[in-house]
Order: sequence, then C-alpha cells, then structure tokens
Amino acid sequence: MTLSDYLSVLFLLAGALFFLAGTVGLLRFPDVYTRLHALTKADNVGLGLIVIGLAMQAESFASVGKLLLIWLLVLLAGSSISHLIAKKALQKGVRMWRR
Amino acid sequence: MEALSLLQWLIDGLIGIGLLWLAWRALFCPELFKAIVLFIAFGLLMTLAWVRLKAPDVALAEVAIGAGLTGALLLSSWAKLRGFDANKGMGAREKNSEQAEQKTKRPFFHGLYAIPLLLMAVGLGYGVLQLTPYATGLSAVVAENLDASGVSNPVTAVLLNFRAYDTLLEIAVLLLALIGIWSLGIRPSVREATPDPVLDLLTRFLTPLLLLVSAYLLWVGAHAPGGAFQAGSVLGAAGVLLILAGWRLPLSLAGLPLRITLVAGVSTFIVVAVLTMLGGAQLLAFPPSQASLIIFVLEITATLSIAAILAALFLGSRPDHSEKI
Repeated sequence: MTLSDYLSVLFLLAGALFFLAGTVGLLRFPDVYTRLHALTKADNVGLGLIVIGLAMQAESFASVGKLLLIWLLVLLAGSSISHLIAKKALQKGVRMWRR
Repeated sequence: MEALSLLQWLIDGLIGIGLLWLAWRALFCPELFKAIVLFIAFGLLMTLAWVRLKAPDVALAEVAIGAGLTGALLLSSWAKLRGFDANKGMGAREKNSEQAEQKTKRPFFHGLYAIPLLLMAVGLGYGVLQLTPYATGLSAVVAENLDASGVSNPVTAVLLNFRAYDTLLEIAVLLLALIGIWSLGIRPSVREATPDPVLDLLTRFLTPLLLLVSAYLLWVGAHAPGGAFQAGSVLGAAGVLLILAGWRLPLSLAGLPLRITLVAGVSTFIVVAVLTMLGGAQLLAFPPSQASLIIFVLEITATLSIAAILAALFLGSRPDHSEKI
C-alpha cells in the first residue's frame, strides 16, 4: 500500500460516512424539506469524496475526467430535482416542520 | 486474496437478497406510487447485478430502459390514473365496492392461481434438470464467426447479424405498443408550457449532452458495449426530458415526418431482409463484405425509431390529432 492508496481509503471511508449520514437523515427526518437537506449532503459531498478517492486509483486522466463528469452531472441533476420537489411540496401546501 | 473473494461473495449476496426483497416489496406494496419507486430501485440494483455478471451491454440497456424510461412511463401513467380517479368520484366508489367484492373472493382465486404456477414450476424444474450439466454455450461459435459479422463487439454481432430477426421483432413490438396506445385516442396536451426556470436550465444543459452520449453509444457499439437500443433509449430520454420541460413537437413535424421516423427502423429491417432473400441468401444473412455498412445503417435507423417511439410512448397520445378533436 502506497501513500495514495491510504489517502484513497480515507476519502472513500469519509464519502461512505456522508452517504450513511444522508441515508439516516432521509429515514429519520420529519418532513420533505429536511429530508432533501439530508440527501443533498450524501449526493454532493459524499459522492465528491468517493470520486476523489476513486480518481487517485484511476489509470488514466481520461477516467479521472469521466469520474469528475459523473460528479458534476449528479450535482446538476440532484440540485435541480431537489429544487423541483421542494417547490412542488410548497405549492401543494406541505407544512414545514416546527419543533 | 482470500479476504477479497469473501468481500465479493458478500457484495453479490447482498445484491441477490436485495433484488428478491425489492421484488417482493414492489409486488405486494398496496400503494401504487411506492410500488413504482421500488420497481425503479429494483432496476438500478439489477443493473449492478448485470455489471457483476460482466454483462455491460445488458447493464446499459437495463439502466436506460428498465429503470429509467420504464420508470418514467409508469410514473406518468400513475399521474394520469390519479387524475382519473379524482375526476370521477363515482368510478372510485365503484372500484371500492369492487375491491370489497374481490376481498371476499380472494382465497378462492388465490387457490386457482396456484395450479398454473405449480405446473409452470414443475415444467421449468424438469427443463432445468434435462439440461446438460456442462453446456459450452454458443460463445465459441460466435467468436469463430466474428470476422464475418462486420463488427468486433460479439454482442452487437449477435444482435444485428447472427440473430438480427430478434432485433427486428423487438422494434416491431415497441411500434405495436405505440400503435395500441395511439388507438386509445386519449386527447393529448399540445400546448407548450412554460417550464420552471430550473428545469428549463437543466434541460438546456442535458439535452446536448444526451445527444452526444447517444451518438457515442451508437458509434461505439461496433466494437464495445453499446448499440442501437442503448443509444435509442438515451435519445428517447432526451425527448422525455424535453416533453417534461414543456416542449412540444411542432405540428408541421408531428404528422408524416414523425410517422416516418417511427417506422424507419422496422421498415429498413424489412427492406434489408427482402433484399438479402432476393440475393439468394437466407433472411437477414448479410454478405460479410458489406455487413459492416448494413449493420451501421440498421443501427442508425433503429436508434432514431426507438428514440421516437419511446418519447411518443411517454407522451401517450398522437401529437398530430389534437387540433381536430
């Protein structure tokens, strides 16, 4: 195991942690807005960390580029769709959770 | 390496159990919406299973058609069904009484279902037992004849040369499904809608990218995983996205040009089949010297047709008919 391998493992584990936290949030949070908030953490940061971890193991710059492209596409689609879901929920009058 | 293979077993086991569990939940979920979401999740996990089985062609098709477009189709029919129920309170009540009636009859029907299922299970089991335990399969034959097929990707060689009539029939089935939907005569909404600005922006970003990916998949199919169905479904997804964002096909294109695009795949196949038979060969048996060109033409028309059919399926009605009704 070289230094880049250890760094890879570190990034992958950190990414997995974000995904775990996002999933727990999705299951446990009280309303659609807070659940979306939890999901975006997994999608944006978690996937970003995993892409960094995988990019360190990539064989060529082309595959690094593909990985980055996947991350950017997920960022674009994820944030747009979260916005659409939240907007629709507001229009339908889904109440925001209050303590 | 012992730990690594154990890990692989663990992942494969999780995928297998997850698939069974998702299938069970999707079938027995009382809420239609939840069942659809579970089905989409099932498709995504199935894609992972195909990747693990080293079948990237099937994985691509599964994720684009099985999870993506079928999911979109199911969700749009769910939305239409919901509008239907809300409009017709009477219908809903009738349905309730029907359901109650069904509930009383249920055990009896369940008993009846068991008989054909058992017969089928016995038949399948018998069939599996009859198989030779170590079948070599046809992969060796395909590899031997790959040079004559005109392409270097064995999957494409099988789909568009050795068993091209399978692909012909698959496209025909898609076309038949669309004709069935059109014949229902549902009134479409042809008016362009102003989309949400975020959705508009997303569509403007993604559509050119989807076109590029589709063209790439079509081109790369000759020597790597890809091909007409994958490219067509990505192109069809671009169409679905455009429809969702409020874009509608201009009426000048919705008549004959659309119909020509819809039938281009099947008709090119049929023309090629007739030509090969006139040339004295078997149905769809291409001469090796021209196979590459023939496959390329077939794939282009099939891609366009599949994309148009899938997008039209999503729209769910004839786009040229609305003004007359």
